[in-house]
Amino acid sequence: MSENFLFQAFSASAILAAVIMVTRKNPVTAVIFLVVVFFSVSGMFLMLDAHYVAAINVILYGGAIMVLFLFVIMLLNLGHTKQKDLKGPMGGLVGGTIAVAFLGTLTQFFIGGSEFEGMSRQGDVQLPLGLEQQGVIAPIARPLFTDYIIVLEVTGILLLTAIVGAIFLTKKRSV
Amino acid sequence: MGPVTGGAFVVATIIKVAVFFTVMMLSVMLATIVERKIAGFIQDRSGPNRVGPWGALQVIADGIKNIIKEETMPAQAIRQFFVLAPVLAILPATILFAVIPFGSPLPTQWGFVEMIVADASIGFLYILAIGSIGVYGIAMAGWSSGSKYSLLGGLRGSAQMISYEVALALSLVPLILLVGDVRAPEIVSMQQGFTAGAPTYSMWFVFPLFLGLFFFFVSGLAETNRLPFDLPEAEAELVTGYHTEYSAMKFSMFMIGEFAHVITVAALVTVFFLGGWDIPFWAGDNIRVLSDGTVIGEPTGWKTILTLGSFSIKTSLVVVVFMWIRWTLPRFRYDQLMDLGWKFMLEAVTVYILVIAFVILGIEAVGIPVGIWYALILFVVNLLLALMLFFMIDRGAIIRGAARKI
Repeated sequence: MSENFLFQAFSASAILAAVIMVTRKNPVTAVIFLVVVFFSVSGMFLMLDAHYVAAINVILYGGAIMVLFLFVIMLLNLGHTKQKDLKGPMGGLVGGTIAVAFLGTLTQFFIGGSEFEGMSRQGDVQLPLGLEQQGVIAPIARPLFTDYIIVLEVTGILLLTAIVGAIFLTKKRSV
Repeated sequence: MGPVTGGAFVVATIIKVAVFFTVMMLSVMLATIVERKIAGFIQDRSGPNRVGPWGALQVIADGIKNIIKEETMPAQAIRQFFVLAPVLAILPATILFAVIPFGSPLPTQWGFVEMIVADASIGFLYILAIGSIGVYGIAMAGWSSGSKYSLLGGLRGSAQMISYEVALALSLVPLILLVGDVRAPEIVSMQQGFTAGAPTYSMWFVFPLFLGLFFFFVSGLAETNRLPFDLPEAEAELVTGYHTEYSAMKFSMFMIGEFAHVITVAALVTVFFLGGWDIPFWAGDNIRVLSDGTVIGEPTGWKTILTLGSFSIKTSLVVVVFMWIRWTLPRFRYDQLMDLGWKFMLEAVTVYILVIAFVILGIEAVGIPVGIWYALILFVVNLLLALMLFFMIDRGAIIRGAARKI
């Protein structure tokens, strides 16, 4: 009962904050509500026993990326603009159509449409070993550094290339 | 006897939250007066000495003053965020306390109560996660005040905290390499000696990871925005930085937040490097609670009280060191701060992780089991590294004066 209540509380706050985030004109408000969305999603990850994903979600998105967003917005002082992104009746029409289609699909899923037979609504995923035996980090770390080591290294090289590229692009040519 | 469960667990948790929160707020009160007294001592003056014996009641007088003072709301401020910012400044430091173990388990008739609010399985990651959202209070305060000084302070604060967060997180990686678990109670247990169960190091991590402590402490100073890293509120340049426009209780909340942050970082230093609640040279307090609820050692009530005292003394000493540094070192210049963070700390910590990892690999290859000799070898390695590091640092190569830079 309490788990169900927590799930509903987290989803409600995630959806509400997401709607507020999209509809605000002030970019700083949008950033703050996006952070609320990340925290709510982290809460849901916690309920799925995905503790590591929950923590990383907050560390990376809540603590690093969103702070950078906020930093840039503050630096450019965009906070006081009152412009709307969505302009005219055409924009509203397109946005509304997408929203109705999305909500319709979701409703169909909850009522029990036949297209979604393969998807399970009950969590029936079993971890190979319980959290007590392995801890939280080991089930992620062990495959990452054994089975997927090549992928990990390639990703590392890709990120390094991206960093070098970013530095090269922002560096003044005269130096 | 297992851990408390069911209704007793809920009651125990509520009591623990209430008690720990109260103790923390009282410690903040105490810290403000202690800091002013230490400042007075270092600057050869009396400090507050009018209210109560030795000025000890000055905090209460200040509190009353802050509550009855008029709250100002600048015309340019963005109201909602201006009010929200002081709350966000206090929040992270206080909820971080949830995963810090304060003492050995307390046996009751319903089972034993662990002296930690939440024994989170992601303890260490939780600390990083909550620590990383601490920047929002400062950034928001600076931005929403609608003042240039505040904005500059907020920008400095967020840039500084993002920069040093990286070094802070990385400085704990060698610790995790040694412990092999991220739960905070397990980190404490690994620093104690046990005759049964999995082997431990029986030595505080300040010895085998001396440089880790150094990096953690420096980044911690930067994260709490205290001198020599208090650029966000540099009063000579920015009035008082991000909280320039705040008055009365809202200003006071920033101060409470800062001291709560200092106490939290001191508690983390204690848990990670000073053995947590361990009492040195005494085997009686070595009590380990495994994640499945079995207990090694004999928890008793008086041991809980003794270990709580041990934890408080260690944390207080670290807090005093924080204050001592504040009144000893001058402030960095902003470019020096950024150079130190990105061009020195980050690289040094990365190299440190690599060296420690290779040393651990070597020790395991030789076949020395986890224990006191393992830790001693790491201590020697750390001493050598520290000598090299402290010889290199402050040679004018990394942190330069303005004249040499131009």
